[in-house]
Amino acid sequence: MINIALPKGRLGEKVYAMFEAAGYECPSIKEESRKLIFENPEKGVRYFWVKPSDVSIYVERGAADIGVAGKDILLEYEPQLYELLDLNIGKCKMAVAAKKDFYDSGDSTLKVATKFCNIARQYYASLGREIDIIKLNGSIELAPVLGLSDVIVDIVETGKTLKENDLEVRADIVPISARLVANQSAFRFQSQKIEEIVQELKAQVQKV
Amino acid sequence: MIDEKILKSEEKAIYALRALYKKYGYLPFKMNKFEEYELYLENKDFLVSNRIITFNDTTGKLLALKPDVTLSIIKNSEDRPGYKQKTVYNENVYRVSGRTGQYQEIMQTGLECIGDLDLYDIFEVLSLAAKSLGLIMPEFELDISHLGILSALLEEAGGDEAFRKKASSYIAEKNTHDLERLCKAAGIEPEKAARLTAVTGIYGERKTVLKKLLPLCDSRAAKAAWEELKALDALLSLSEFSERICYDFSIVNDMAYYNGIVFKGFLKGICEGVLAGGRYDKLMQKMGKKSGAIGFALYLDLLEENKAPSAAFDVDTLLLYDAATPPEEVWQTVRQLTSENLSVSAQRAVPEKLRFRRILDLRKERA
Repeated sequence: MINIALPKGRLGEKVYAMFEAAGYECPSIKEESRKLIFENPEKGVRYFWVKPSDVSIYVERGAADIGVAGKDILLEYEPQLYELLDLNIGKCKMAVAAKKDFYDSGDSTLKVATKFCNIARQYYASLGREIDIIKLNGSIELAPVLGLSDVIVDIVETGKTLKENDLEVRADIVPISARLVANQSAFRFQSQKIEEIVQELKAQVQKV
Repeated sequence: MIDEKILKSEEKAIYALRALYKKYGYLPFKMNKFEEYELYLENKDFLVSNRIITFNDTTGKLLALKPDVTLSIIKNSEDRPGYKQKTVYNENVYRVSGRTGQYQEIMQTGLECIGDLDLYDIFEVLSLAAKSLGLIMPEFELDISHLGILSALLEEAGGDEAFRKKASSYIAEKNTHDLERLCKAAGIEPEKAARLTAVTGIYGERKTVLKKLLPLCDSRAAKAAWEELKALDALLSLSEFSERICYDFSIVNDMAYYNGIVFKGFLKGICEGVLAGGRYDKLMQKMGKKSGAIGFALYLDLLEENKAPSAAFDVDTLLLYDAATPPEEVWQTVRQLTSENLSVSAQRAVPEKLRFRRILDLRKERA
């Protein structure tokens, strides 16, 4: 039995649809219920929904054999996992944004508001720029508007929220999409089944 | 005589491993708990984490609680042509855990073979790594890679230091999709990029992997590494655990310190590798030594993950007595029960959290 951690929400539903199309369906997952775990013994799969940012924890600690996590989470927390496939869905980018009238003279410490401290730190370290990180947990766009920060580092999907708050993208850091990840130990002891799932999902990715 | 039933899995492992290594002539190395901080400062990239617990000794010298054992063993090794120093250790090391970001005391046991190494030495160390895993759990896997092949392919591909570092991290993640993008962005020739990507996905049964690898090993360096792997394979086939030893090219230790064979061991049910090792001649050179070296460490603290289901009771018998019970009677009852191999807790009242199978009541006052 392969334990699969799926991210709750819209992305998770798309991901499950890919697993279903790949031949790993589990009809009970679509029933209205408060159940947390869904199993299809015939197909040898057991799914569970978890908070998207927790998928990598479940997989790294072996509670799930495989799972689907956003590249943003993988870059931020750097879990020890195998990243077996880019599912090519949930596409967006990690970017730097600022108020349209902000001018970065480069002669002072840049105040950066973000939920993704590790990604921001690594990005600015690669540029050799000194920054002051302000860790926020939500409404990141508000920080430059109220003068809390000079810029933000955040996920940009359509750019609509930025536009509505008079912000604009100043630099792209990295493209983001959903990735199939596997526990390093489970990959060895269930390698045949995991490789089979990867191949079937790969065929689905090519269809997208 | 020690009753094995009362030992935790990591304690059982220590005894079994000590006996195994002794059989193969590995001599114990007992070291000081502290080491001069300078040793780690000079080789900080070799360490799993460069955050070290330091303090000043009585003379003001900066010391560290050992985050690693190998560096201390190398420091104390001697270069003697034709000679091999075979050392085994069992020590606690202090590091920051990648998972929690907090300092952790880690129980580590391992061995090092230092000197004029030959193919037999590499085989012996790999074979002992497999035997060590097999002693702990029958369902294990030892995965081997050869950094000679990976470094030759990275060298061929070209690219700068940043490219090699990033490519190595993608190879370690078995992440072919990002590796392909990286190669494209770095302008690596498609044929060379394809070889790098192909080697990333190579994992599994040794003979099949060797066949798949051969066409990828074009350069002289890669071919020499492949030949070494092939020669080693013939010896590994003789091992009792041959079927549990695979090749996996996602094992990428730091190429600034390691060269040649590197390996990792996994136990079923434990979510990360419990054994890691490799050949580290480059580290020896950095530390001014001429000898070659290979070794491995087993992280015994991880065995805690594989806890046996806890027993339903803490003791067989709860023996209750009071002030009126003669102590001789309590003692005789305890002795009788323990001689029958039953555990007993003598108490004046029923303890809140103690789980017991039965009560034996010797209280007189109540009667």
